Amino acid sequence: MATAHFSRRALLAGGLAATGALVIGFEAPVSARRARAQGAGVFAPNQWIRIDRDGVVTIVNSVPEMGQGSLTTMPMIVADELDADLNTIKVEQAPADPARYANPVTGNQSYGGSRGVRDHLAMLRKAGAAAREMLMQAAAQEWGVPVGEVTTEPGVVLHKGSGRRLTYGQLVDKAAQLPVPQNPTLKSRAEFRYIGKEVTRRDTPMKVNGSGIYGMDVRVPGMLVASIERCPVFGGKVTAFDATATKNIPGVRHVVQVSHGVAVVADTFWIALQGRRALKVTYDEGPMAQVSSARIDREYAEAAKQPGQEARTDGDAEAALAAAMKTVEAVYQVPFLEHACMEPMNATAHVRADACEIWAPTQNPGGAQATGARLTGLPASKVTVHTTLLGGGFGRRGELDFIVDAVETAKAVGVPVKVMWTREDDIQHGFYRPATYNVFRAALDQRGMPVAWWNRVVGPGILIQKGRAAQGVTIDPAAMEGVRNFAYTVPNVRVEWVNKDLGVPLGFWRSVGPSQNAFIVESFVDELAHAAGADPVEYRRALLGKSPRHRAVLDLAAQKAAWGTPLPPGRARGVAVAFSYGSYAAHVAEVSVNEDGRPRVHRIVGAIDCGIAVNPDQVRAQMEGGAVYALTAALYGEITIESGHVKQSNFHDYPLLRIGESPVIEVYILDSGEPPGGLGEPGVPTVAPAVCNAIFALTGKRIRRLPIRVDELKKA
Amino acid sequence: MVSLIVNDTRRNVDAAPDTPLLWILREQLALTGTKYGCGIALCGVCTVHVDGQPTRACTTPLSAVAGKRVTTIEGLSAKSDHPVQRAWIEVDVPQCGFCQSGQIMSAAALLARTPDPTDADIDDAMSGNLCRCGTYPRIRAAIHRAAALRAGAPPAPRKGGA
Repeated sequence: MATAHFSRRALLAGGLAATGALVIGFEAPVSARRARAQGAGVFAPNQWIRIDRDGVVTIVNSVPEMGQGSLTTMPMIVADELDADLNTIKVEQAPADPARYANPVTGNQSYGGSRGVRDHLAMLRKAGAAAREMLMQAAAQEWGVPVGEVTTEPGVVLHKGSGRRLTYGQLVDKAAQLPVPQNPTLKSRAEFRYIGKEVTRRDTPMKVNGSGIYGMDVRVPGMLVASIERCPVFGGKVTAFDATATKNIPGVRHVVQVSHGVAVVADTFWIALQGRRALKVTYDEGPMAQVSSARIDREYAEAAKQPGQEARTDGDAEAALAAAMKTVEAVYQVPFLEHACMEPMNATAHVRADACEIWAPTQNPGGAQATGARLTGLPASKVTVHTTLLGGGFGRRGELDFIVDAVETAKAVGVPVKVMWTREDDIQHGFYRPATYNVFRAALDQRGMPVAWWNRVVGPGILIQKGRAAQGVTIDPAAMEGVRNFAYTVPNVRVEWVNKDLGVPLGFWRSVGPSQNAFIVESFVDELAHAAGADPVEYRRALLGKSPRHRAVLDLAAQKAAWGTPLPPGRARGVAVAFSYGSYAAHVAEVSVNEDGRPRVHRIVGAIDCGIAVNPDQVRAQMEGGAVYALTAALYGEITIESGHVKQSNFHDYPLLRIGESPVIEVYILDSGEPPGGLGEPGVPTVAPAVCNAIFALTGKRIRRLPIRVDELKKA
Repeated sequence: MVSLIVNDTRRNVDAAPDTPLLWILREQLALTGTKYGCGIALCGVCTVHVDGQPTRACTTPLSAVAGKRVTTIEGLSAKSDHPVQRAWIEVDVPQCGFCQSGQIMSAAALLARTPDPTDADIDDAMSGNLCRCGTYPRIRAAIHRAAALRAGAPPAPRKGGA
């Protein structure tokens, strides 16, 4: 494996993060800070590892556990290089402390973008390897032998010649006196004990007996529970409220106005809900009350007639289109989507004069800490964040609105408060995957191959709306990465973006831009293949000459799905391939459509090249989950806006895929040995286009607007 | 005051009789393994057994369980070794895990009445339990595995770590 490459990457990344302590991902050498960092009898060479005299190894995990397996995969990386026994280590969730635990690539303690393994692998390997080297050095000194003669087994240093052994616990005092090596020798791939192997998840036992603590389950002595009545219209403000009836309900303790509405604080959530129903609130709904989905659709279509900002130009697509014998044109539309984490948003806070404590299922512990500091006026060092298990994240829990709810409410009432959202709050007050309108034109040569590719994307940008785009960036990277950098070789390319934002709050929804970029690109290239009379796999292969990793996953998925072989009558296959978050993924879907027009996805075959697959079973799990998440969106997902509020409210009108609709999902890992790519997101983008391309192959009907509409597929 | 038996222990609860069982369990009895997801019996994360029947606690008023036996995930087995729990661990079903208490309670009820369920039986019994992480393929596999464990199949060897 490319060890040297990882090391360079970590150094570069640490430098970019501009946090001196993170230059190689460790704290300063332990000798300089021994007195503070270590209690007696504890060896803590860096912020990730503690070993005590009993040999108990504690590994700190900084990546919140939202289902991706970080409580298993991150510690197993450290344990492998440290050579510790995974069955006996303890794992702790890191506190919010960006100076010590920030992601070394992003420089902050917020986790999204499938950045767990791919941003931390190099650093955590080094952390483990440095500790192991120190333990070996300590043993070699103890025995008076060269360090080259000692080696390790899990938890033990041994001397090869004499068979002498010392446990890690026996070595902690001596090892703690040694300087921390800054460039420890890493294991070769063949030496890995855990990385790349099937490893059982550490968190499964607590998730099958009810003992795992999610944000919703937090209980703090003296705690009250709150529910917040919010203006249904985005951006609306409370102008007045009457809490007389609410306060008459036994168990209601406080009614306080906070930034996001009126909080009813009670002994229990159920009582808080009763109190909320009895509230009378009047709002200034503000300008969003004039916004509806119909208007958004209309304004997008109008904006699509105007030139956009130039996102990519190769050659002269307009000229090639004008000169072409054959052109293909299409418009694709995708809706707003909500994350629908199974655990509705919530957080608990306790604000005192000199400290603030927050318990939250958050993807963003660093942001939660900063939010606590901002709202209380306390320094960040006085704000403690306990990251609980997350009942789903998908990008929603990187937001900080529910942290604001808890801190403001707790500050107002002076005792610990858990603020819980209802499912209705959750669906109607989210941060939505942008709806977009996408125009395509292509020119084909005599063989049917594209000589021009013209694409105008109309929609809002998440980063721009949030004010998080880099200085001077006016083309939103989160909107355009997958359409600007599509993999196919076409001589003349023009890609444009029209920023059209009507104010619906936007967020990062599992796979973000590529969630829709791949749908439109992979559907349109399928249209071109059809126009050329070509096989969709062969057509793509011919255009992927410059992208061997795309081609390799495409080939693997096609082969495993037996592409081109006969299927039972009434079934067809569709294919799609894309790059996102450092990984290459391809899917083949097998689909039928019944008389009522209802599509049924029978089988999904996925291929993934995520570089080194650190935890293969969890690679498969993420691909399985990504497929189901994507299918829900393709078949059902649609948030619509009426007079500035979300029409949907719960699972009856924002349905999720159920088990009976879940296809057989096969996942094949192409281990390229490259540096690690992401996994949480790359399993999503190619599923919808594979399904829709299969529907086209079966019915001749091209799905250009998601979700798939049953009435459009109904047999006449 | 309403009296009921929760996980084999008699509990006397002082709450409005229309309070959903879910909030009694979570907020008064501190049994937080049973989750809230929708409040209208559409997602199944609150599934418990009432006299052995899988029941959505979020829409079951306290008054309806007076004198009845309620089993939650915490009471499904003494040592987390119910065949469904063992199968869930072997297959590594959970991702975020938030829905899994409900999934497991539904699966345990299914196996109690249908010891060797078909895929169709599983789809039917489990259709009320949503999973946003998409663990459905593993749930299906784990229910078949639990059926085998229940019938006396030997446990699978552990994978590395744990």
